[in-house]
Amino acid sequence: MVEVDGNGRNSSQIQVRGLDKTYRRGGEEIHVLQGLNLDVAKGDFVAFMGPSGSGKTTLLNLLGGLDVPTRGSITVAGDEITHMSASKLTSWRARHVGFIFQMYNLIPVLTAFQNVELPLLLTSLSKSDRRKHVETALNVVGLGERVNHYPRQLSGGQEQRVAIARAIVADPTFLLCDEPTGDLDRKSADEIMLLIERLVKEYNKTVLMVTHDPLVAQRADTTLHLEKGLLVEANEPQQVSGGGAA
Amino acid sequence: MKFSGLIFANLFRKKLRLILTIGSFAVALFLFAFLAVVRGAFNRGADVAGADRLVTINRVSIIQPLPLAYRDKIQRIPGVLAVTHNNWFGGVYQDEKNFFPQFVIDPENQRKVFPELKVPEDQWQNFLKDRQGAIAGAKTAQRFGWKIGDKIPIKNISYGTSGIWDFNLDGIYHSERPGGDEGQFWFQWDYFEERMPATFKGNTGWYVIKLDSPDKAASVAKTIDDMAANSSFETKTNTESEFAASWVKQFGNIQVLIITIGSVVFFTLLLVTGNTMAISVRERAGELAVLKAIGFSDRWVLMFVLAESLIIALVGGLLGLVLALVAVPTLGAALNGMLPALILSPTILSIGLATALLVGIVAGLLPGIGAMRMRVVNALRRV
Repeated sequence: MVEVDGNGRNSSQIQVRGLDKTYRRGGEEIHVLQGLNLDVAKGDFVAFMGPSGSGKTTLLNLLGGLDVPTRGSITVAGDEITHMSASKLTSWRARHVGFIFQMYNLIPVLTAFQNVELPLLLTSLSKSDRRKHVETALNVVGLGERVNHYPRQLSGGQEQRVAIARAIVADPTFLLCDEPTGDLDRKSADEIMLLIERLVKEYNKTVLMVTHDPLVAQRADTTLHLEKGLLVEANEPQQVSGGGAA
Repeated sequence: MKFSGLIFANLFRKKLRLILTIGSFAVALFLFAFLAVVRGAFNRGADVAGADRLVTINRVSIIQPLPLAYRDKIQRIPGVLAVTHNNWFGGVYQDEKNFFPQFVIDPENQRKVFPELKVPEDQWQNFLKDRQGAIAGAKTAQRFGWKIGDKIPIKNISYGTSGIWDFNLDGIYHSERPGGDEGQFWFQWDYFEERMPATFKGNTGWYVIKLDSPDKAASVAKTIDDMAANSSFETKTNTESEFAASWVKQFGNIQVLIITIGSVVFFTLLLVTGNTMAISVRERAGELAVLKAIGFSDRWVLMFVLAESLIIALVGGLLGLVLALVAVPTLGAALNGMLPALILSPTILSIGLATALLVGIVAGLLPGIGAMRMRVVNALRRV
């Protein structure tokens, strides 16, 4: 259940309250997000749409602990992240967030296996346990046979699958996808969306996705529209009674 | 070592750049080792000089003589254990390239003043009995393949009676002190005096004085110089190490020259490596941002950059020092004894490696701190 009126249940996995993000540019204040409220339950698949500059990526960065809000709070699985120190936030990200980027952002000098293994290097898992986890993640994304391939030896769709395997290998609380199909052809995009849907349905992962593509957004359980920092529209109007400026 | 895969993969990302940077370290460390060895050779006299020995020379210059009559006067000064006198010969053995220092010695006192230069007793006794006898340092004997009993002809070019002087090699000395000079060639004062020009008779080159305590060096030196004051042969007396240091200064301030060159080389290396690391970090800002996004702390990112820089410094440094280990003996042989033995000591190797690692750390520190402070959001936006 996704709600944006600020009245969501306390049991929501992700709770956003009164979120503001303001940038200063040349003496001018730019209000990217204004009083945003959001409740996302475990296993929800939410798409954020909106024109460029509407604050989609900023919202994703704030939810992922990559940026800090000007005001408001974000609570994920009981952790209020907005007041965490930078180092605590880094550890929190390692435990709770899986990132999937538009440009895949794999390390080109590492094999698929090594790329997927990266988040596990921060854990106390043994080498053999890390291997098992990586192989499982690569099998989930259908690349169990490509473990020793470098990113340059893979197609765009395959690279994004490796990126997804990297995002899920440490079993994070939720996945943040920033235009995950933005650099792919329609067929590859469809395959990636099928995979993300599988993660939601089979593995009960919570997925928050930014996209420009309405066809991709349709695959989500809920689509929220951001415009000039406000949540202005939703495809489930009965549940999205509020939002926007606080 | 679970991060080694990531570190080495990044290192080998641009192979040519890696090779060139390692090459810069290798050349710099080779040059450092070479300069340090040459500096060591110039300073060796001072390093191995006895703390309880004085050298008295003519105040005008070492090439001006001193009267032999000073010997007994010096011997009577309290605190003096023994006095010997030496003279430079400067002959040529076969070819001018075959340089080695030849000294006329006072056999009676030489071993009392230089006890660390050991000659087997039987060889020394033969030398004393042989007017044309000579003692060679082990290195000089080895260099020319001399054996005890060999005839050594040396052409006199410095003193009036020109021609060949024949010597019998009666003994070979070794230095008990590490790095001691084993390149000299000694022969009897009587043989020299017999053939020297009349104008030189009654004189010698310089005195070396053995003290009963190093603490008396200043007072004995003053007494000697006061004794000779206002005479035709005023003296200048210094400790042996001061004498050796002033001898080196005749060639210019080698120490400052070598330190300056070495500093410039390392500073340039720092700039080259720092620039390389900065470019390397800038090129993969997006990748470093991803690492931070997925949970690598700022410290890890700094550590990765520093590790790369240190590995380059370590490999390049070791390569340069290994090259120096190979090249220094060759260079020593090519110098034909013009300098004391070139020794690439463990101290030089350690200092070289430590300096290389220090340059590696400093070169990696600034780009590493930049990467550490980089905001993930900004870096990802640039990808």
